[in-house]
Amino acid sequence: MTTHAPHSPGAIALIVLAFILAGLILVTPLALIFSFALREGMAVYFANILEPNTLHAIWLTVMTAIIVVPINIVVGASLAWLVTRFRFRGRQLLISLIELPASMSPIVAGVVYLFLYGGQGLLGPTLQGLGIQVMFTPLAIVLVSLFVTAPFAARELIPLMSQQGTEDEEAALSLGANGWQMFWFVTLPNISWAMAYGAVLTNARVMGEFGAVSVVSGAIRGQTNTLPLQINLLFNDFNVTGAFAAASTLTLIAVLTLLLKSILESRRHG
Amino acid sequence: MPTRSKHLLPGFGLTMGISLFYISLIIVLPIAAMLLKLAGMGFPEFWRIVTSNRALAAYRVTFSSAFYATILNGIIGLLLAWVLTRYRFPGRRILDALVDLPFALPTAVAGLVLVTLFANTGWYGQFLEPNGIKVNYTQIGIVAAMTFTSIPFVVRAVQPVLEEVDESLEAAARTLGASRWQIFARIIWPTIMPAFIGGCVLSFARSLGEFGAVVFIAGNLPGLTEIVSLLIFIRLEEYSYEGAAALAFVLLLVAFLTLLATNALSAHQTRYAERST
Repeated sequence: MTTHAPHSPGAIALIVLAFILAGLILVTPLALIFSFALREGMAVYFANILEPNTLHAIWLTVMTAIIVVPINIVVGASLAWLVTRFRFRGRQLLISLIELPASMSPIVAGVVYLFLYGGQGLLGPTLQGLGIQVMFTPLAIVLVSLFVTAPFAARELIPLMSQQGTEDEEAALSLGANGWQMFWFVTLPNISWAMAYGAVLTNARVMGEFGAVSVVSGAIRGQTNTLPLQINLLFNDFNVTGAFAAASTLTLIAVLTLLLKSILESRRHG
Repeated sequence: MPTRSKHLLPGFGLTMGISLFYISLIIVLPIAAMLLKLAGMGFPEFWRIVTSNRALAAYRVTFSSAFYATILNGIIGLLLAWVLTRYRFPGRRILDALVDLPFALPTAVAGLVLVTLFANTGWYGQFLEPNGIKVNYTQIGIVAAMTFTSIPFVVRAVQPVLEEVDESLEAAARTLGASRWQIFARIIWPTIMPAFIGGCVLSFARSLGEFGAVVFIAGNLPGLTEIVSLLIFIRLEEYSYEGAAALAFVLLLVAFLTLLATNALSAHQTRYAERST
């Protein structure tokens, strides 16, 4: 695309309009979060963050992300390898199935898990008989987070790997590399930026998931309350400053996500 | 099944194993569990639940709000995509990165911010309420929440296509005396329309399912500001699992249709791209 400078008056008007809209819709909300979180001073802010239930929610949210992100990166890379390197019957079905969670309401995601592991669910009573409780535990939060973020890594890797083709890998094999060597030294360097990008997107969604987690976690304070649920609880308790303090941590992660995304995108295209 | 000669590369068994195991356990099994529950319910009971007055009111609120939000997003998204691809100006990269904020920001945070912005003493509410525009706990609030959470869809769908619009065509049209509006209507719009509609479909689907941001701002009055996702949540809290399953199935069906529509659209786009090269 060529640059269109000097701009016509119409172009300048559109640019100004875009900035006004972005200011009202995107920048003001960001400013409001920090302004409300800090409105009673730094001391209150840190007291709010260090409140035991909020601190536990932070811990639970981070732990969930630490478990979910690597699993979905590995699975996403496996699936991408499978569907871009081989042709087989059911290939398109696999791609559609991994995409399915992206178009489902988070509440529905929670509900389907309830019907599998809940007290009246398909496996719930059997597992309970064996002494395994899934619903309303951190395990349920992890499982439902795996579900809602299942497409994120695959969706970045599939287009990239099908575009890159197989020549590099075939060359490595013909030079005597074994499968793992080919993967580590040829495939992985080619897809590492897209993997990082997928990880950033997965992480943002896992840490922010509300609907699905609110169905399966039971939102027990200090036990199965993730940060988004904690924000909701604090807000319902009329502790608005506390809610914004908790929200500010997730907002920082969101801003960091945007930064990383922007950097990774320019790396990928550059 | 594939012929052996096609398997030049290793890892078919391993990646097939991992993918099948994961997709079965994490995606298919839970959905199957819910469908099984539904199958045990019987059609008359299912039909009674999904056509109850409260459910019908919830569909009306959800679908109409998502429709308005999608129109807003179509306009805002087209403007942002146009400005970001067509012009070079200071702050362009920041604006580009900011567009993704609604995807990066947790929906609960978005809901908390919106309800605070539009409160009667809030940054926006203090100007709107004296003029009779009440956002919080009304359908306008639902539309605001849905619009905010799905802003990136249209922008990100249209942007890459707009970048690829053949400039020689535009230059030719200009030398032949076409006005800027004619160039847009005859050359640019037909090229970006499939992507634009695709972005709108995704935006609509996301709005239908949006829960986190909406529950903060909607007030959740049955029949007035109660969306389908919330009605499902309420049924669960009442231990009415059949009710929740039936309504969840309606949303699942809509999600499935959306997926089919976007697949058909992208297939159409691919054919279009292949024809034009």
